[in-house]
Amino acid sequence: MTKQQANWSPYDNNGGSCVAIAGADYCVIAADTRMSTGYNILTREYSKICKLADKCVMASSGFQADVKALQKQLAARHLIYQHQHNKQMSCPAMAQLLSNTLYYKRFFPYYSFNVLGGLDNEGKGCVFTYDAVGSYEKVGYSSQGSGSTLITPFLDNQLKSPSPLLLSVQDAVTPLVEAEAIDLVKTVFASASERDIYTGDKIEIVVVNATGIRREYMELRKD
Amino acid sequence: MFRNQYDTDVTTWSPAGRLFQVEYAMEAVKQGSAAIGLRSKTHIVLGCVNKANSELSSHQKKIFKVDDHIGVAIAGLTADGRVLSRYMRNECINYSFTYESPLPVGRLVVQLADKAQVCTQRSWKRPYGVGLLVAGLDESGAHLYYNCPSGNYFEYQAFAIGSRSQAAKTYLERRFKNFSDSSRDNLVKDALMAIRETLQGETLKSSICTVAVVGVGEPFHILDQETVQQMIDAFEIVGEQEGPAAEPDAAAAAAAGQEAAAADQGGSTEEGVAPMDI
Repeated sequence: MTKQQANWSPYDNNGGSCVAIAGADYCVIAADTRMSTGYNILTREYSKICKLADKCVMASSGFQADVKALQKQLAARHLIYQHQHNKQMSCPAMAQLLSNTLYYKRFFPYYSFNVLGGLDNEGKGCVFTYDAVGSYEKVGYSSQGSGSTLITPFLDNQLKSPSPLLLSVQDAVTPLVEAEAIDLVKTVFASASERDIYTGDKIEIVVVNATGIRREYMELRKD
Repeated sequence: MFRNQYDTDVTTWSPAGRLFQVEYAMEAVKQGSAAIGLRSKTHIVLGCVNKANSELSSHQKKIFKVDDHIGVAIAGLTADGRVLSRYMRNECINYSFTYESPLPVGRLVVQLADKAQVCTQRSWKRPYGVGLLVAGLDESGAHLYYNCPSGNYFEYQAFAIGSRSQAAKTYLERRFKNFSDSSRDNLVKDALMAIRETLQGETLKSSICTVAVVGVGEPFHILDQETVQQMIDAFEIVGEQEGPAAEPDAAAAAAAGQEAAAADQGGSTEEGVAPMDI
């Protein structure tokens, strides 16, 4: 008598990759815009990036239904915070909230692999990287999603000094200038989309700095 | 209103068919410091008088943002008002979460009214001692509602509650027919004039009043002190004309003399600020 296996899964993987890089006074968060299921493409123009607060942006890959539910939860909690404290949540505060929200569903997790990026209270760039159940770490750069295995080693090579393996939390910021970081992101996605079938179509790049938040796009391979 | 043998419990009717505890709760609203509201087709303005207990303390918050499209001004037991605002905020957030659209104002006031009614029919509860002026914008237009401790609610073009509100109501009654097509700035000006009516001769300055606006393309927000003071000053600059007279203002507020207010007061009885409202 063999154990019965589930013939239905509550989860699906919609693929895609996310990257975030923190600088001295900016943060770049990027994700591709392809949404897939199995070997099919559902859409080429889906945003995986969500603005949670004035200086705090999250990119998530994984199961987009769970991602959407998570984003809504965080947005609602942020509203409550604003009513109570009369101000926006800072990025480190949002980072902790995200961690708690994910762990709350420890035994039926959000199938969501997140990177949180933004500016901390002093205006310095910060990036937080998560697993599906809320374990997180402040880092200088990070990548999640289907292309992360291709992207992370390349980022480690280019940005070795702030690699989480070598540097302490305090200095978790890359020495790159904003324009260099954006360039690096574009290069990294172009490479990932060559070999990862789930990454492609377009990159959505969001840059958070003292002047505010801006968005730009870059075309990628459609195959 | 005098003490009688039917007023101990909210669950006791009087032979005349009255619930005295509920009526006493409405008295608490009348004792609170004034709050006014007025609306046009596209905007609603809320204003209130903020008297600080002493020079040393800050004043109480009487206007609360409930959502981008709804705000509330309270009079009476401000603690009860704070709790109800928190309830309203939660309801708006939950509705938005489920339906991805803003909670219609009419729905919110009914929920609020039902919540108030519960407290008039439980022996272990007491009615909320706060009146709420709910200002909100939804698909069906601009709305101003008044929610009572009794569980009743009414929609108004303009209204005033709290102590010396009769003076403000008289002013509003004279002018309300023009409000529908009023510009946003004229509406704020009228609100400030109505607040001034309740001050009985005291100088109107931005440190003792709070004004908030919500309208088409304008999320609910409380105007900051400088803006309010500029609008008040614009009154004085233009001169001593009384409210209804033609005013040349385009941008900010228009004419009124401070002295005219005192003469205009009429028979409003002297009501002190109740201790619980501070």
